[in-house]
Amino acid sequence: MARLLEHQGKTLLAAAGLAVPAGQVVKTAAAAAEVARQLARPVVVKAQAQTTGRASQGLIRFADTPQAAEAAAAAILGLDVGKFPVTEVLVEERLAVAGEHYAGIILDDRRRCPLLLVSSRGGTGIEEIARSEPQAVAELPLDPVEGLAEHQARELWRRVGVHGHEQRLLAEAVVRLWRVARQVEARAAEVNPLVLTADSRVVALDCRITVDDAAVFRHPELGIEVARELGHPPTPLERIAWEVERDDFRGTFYFLQMREGFQRGEGVVAFHGAGGGGSMMAMDALQRQGFAVANFCDTSGNPPASKVYRAARILLSQPGVDAYFGSGSGVASQEQFHSARGLVKAFLEEPLAVPCVVRLGGNGEEKAIEILTSFTRTLGVPVECYGKDTPVERCAQRLRELLTAFQPPPPRPPVRQRRPAARPYTFTTLTGEVTYDHEICARCESKVCVRACVPQILSLDPSGVPVLAITREEAARGRCSECLACEVDCAALGAGGGYVALPIPGLDAYRRGRGME
Amino acid sequence: MAIMVDQSTRVLVQGITGREGRARARLMREYGTNVVAGCTPGRGGEVVDGTPVYDTVAEAVEAHGPFDASVIYVPAPLVKDAALESIAAGVGLTVLVGDRVPVWDVMEIARAAQRRGVQFLGPNTLGVLSVGRGVLGMIGGRAASAREWFRPGPVGVVSRSGGMTASTGYYLCRAGIGLTTLVHVGGDSIVGMPLPEVVQRFQEDPETSLIAMFGEIGGSQEERVADMLASGQVTKPVVAYIGGRAATSGVRFSHAGAIVEGGRGTHEGKVAALRRAGATVVDTFDELPAAVGAVLGGVHG
Repeated sequence: MARLLEHQGKTLLAAAGLAVPAGQVVKTAAAAAEVARQLARPVVVKAQAQTTGRASQGLIRFADTPQAAEAAAAAILGLDVGKFPVTEVLVEERLAVAGEHYAGIILDDRRRCPLLLVSSRGGTGIEEIARSEPQAVAELPLDPVEGLAEHQARELWRRVGVHGHEQRLLAEAVVRLWRVARQVEARAAEVNPLVLTADSRVVALDCRITVDDAAVFRHPELGIEVARELGHPPTPLERIAWEVERDDFRGTFYFLQMREGFQRGEGVVAFHGAGGGGSMMAMDALQRQGFAVANFCDTSGNPPASKVYRAARILLSQPGVDAYFGSGSGVASQEQFHSARGLVKAFLEEPLAVPCVVRLGGNGEEKAIEILTSFTRTLGVPVECYGKDTPVERCAQRLRELLTAFQPPPPRPPVRQRRPAARPYTFTTLTGEVTYDHEICARCESKVCVRACVPQILSLDPSGVPVLAITREEAARGRCSECLACEVDCAALGAGGGYVALPIPGLDAYRRGRGME
Repeated sequence: MAIMVDQSTRVLVQGITGREGRARARLMREYGTNVVAGCTPGRGGEVVDGTPVYDTVAEAVEAHGPFDASVIYVPAPLVKDAALESIAAGVGLTVLVGDRVPVWDVMEIARAAQRRGVQFLGPNTLGVLSVGRGVLGMIGGRAASAREWFRPGPVGVVSRSGGMTASTGYYLCRAGIGLTTLVHVGGDSIVGMPLPEVVQRFQEDPETSLIAMFGEIGGSQEERVADMLASGQVTKPVVAYIGGRAATSGVRFSHAGAIVEGGRGTHEGKVAALRRAGATVVDTFDELPAAVGAVLGGVHG
């Protein structure tokens, strides 16, 4: 998640020269007591968690002695934020405060630039201050390249009635805040309150920094594991999904778990959307049919079949789902058969054991519907696929009908399993490895792989088996688009000699840990 | 007329030698778009499907004269440099198709475009299509599909969701309502041509008599369109749907870029502002074609 915790933000501020209270982040109550002992003064113990209004939730407590700090930390470490326990507290010196202010760098979508916002009032929410005391708030649009000059900052503080030495100190502080915001490519960097202490120092008492998800790849120093705004610490499955997405810029794969710990029969659906707008409408349609959604998932922007496959495998690794539902906008500009092949490979490997309705409307929808429905007939569970002229509401209704009539099949092994090839022909792709068992291919009459290959990079060698018509290096660099036709179409229409290995690091171990094969 | 692209628009494709660039350049041309040249650093001298490739945009301009538009198909980390290059060469409209472009890069691109007096669309945009005249980006996909789905007529479509741009156009045409131009402004929070800017273009386009708008939660674009209606800057009727009613506050749903922050950008706030300003706002997407038809009937009657 790209929202930094308070102590992470404060470390950045301190490095930029903006003072923060002396203190340390710890994981146990005993360690909290030790920090309080070292500070040798009254402290404040603060939960490190992604939430607002910590004080009212008992997540911020004051302590005058190390014993009191230990008790406060023990109390906070026993609390949950959302469904997640608090695992860290920040123990800091308690300062004598003479005045509270606010300073923030946020992004202005209208003027398309950073905006510096300051207020001579602090402590409460800036929006509330702006409403009740508009004269106490001032803003300044900033040039993203030239940044903030100190004289601009002084003038801004003057406009909210700050003068003298305090004005100079606060101007210095916001210039440092700007440097941090620019350096980490923040969507927001806010200090509230920014205080003047009784001994005339400016100190950041709190700090909220949100880093742009799309820029996280340039900031390994921040240690952000999952560059997504999830609203909770990333789950193990979300981490696995992010590894799939991180370095593969072909289309987008977004995955967010909304529910865990549910059982079969509770009406929870694995949801596979395409495109933000269409996905939101599809989830609304599921809700109207009385379904709950296990996850939000979006594969869009013309992802390769391999990415759709990995998404489907991850979705199906949520134990307890009663059905699989997919729908995008309904009139996609992208060829829909890529998604169809990705889904078929995942469903056969799983094998899919719940009803499934997918709406693959748009370009190539006839072919997509044919691939998804006819290639999955061996599964013994209903898989239905619709195009652009079937509204999403009807698809959700159809899923309800299928689930009502559904008799679960007995457990069975994957329909499609990899056997060691007798005479393997192998080449690597951007994210996987393709193998043709030429012993099987020699017996194949259809040679469907060569025809179905979307980038048309295969040919038959003199003995009539498929080989690359381009160099292995070209295939590995991305000319093989991982369309999966040489496996999926081969399994259905050919002799079954083609296999595309697409590893998903961590998924097998994750499934074993949850009793899934 | 239509807006932003037609058959006379001279188009450059940056990243034309890549997987997406190659495929999309061909589809754009098949729809009738005048794709003049391509650009990929280090690949100058190559020819992709008959289109000459240059190392730099300036070199392409020297060889072919100025371009009206450039469509960029490069991975997100490389978009900034490609866009700054296009803007520096004075290309009138740069289309940033890529998703996951860092927002500070977008702000730098915006700054450069403003200084040079040129426009950009996106990032994270499906592009723009003027019915029967040309397409920048990938709206419609195959040319044959785009011809079948989108018919000429009086309605301009503008959307914050890529998929829903094509869907809105298709369902309107299926209801017998034709279109001038379809524009996807891009799914990110900061974009080159947000809804108000595109609505203004439709207001100035003599062929467009109604604007169909697909909005979303988050940001202030829809509220600004409402302001333009209220002030009389926009006099053409606007029929809108706002997505994301069920999204929880604080959750950002993928590249829809739909963020609800505090009280700003909420579903209710946008619907109320648009209705107050005289726009027609439908509650479900399926009602949109009928509502557009009804308002159009009034306009023409």
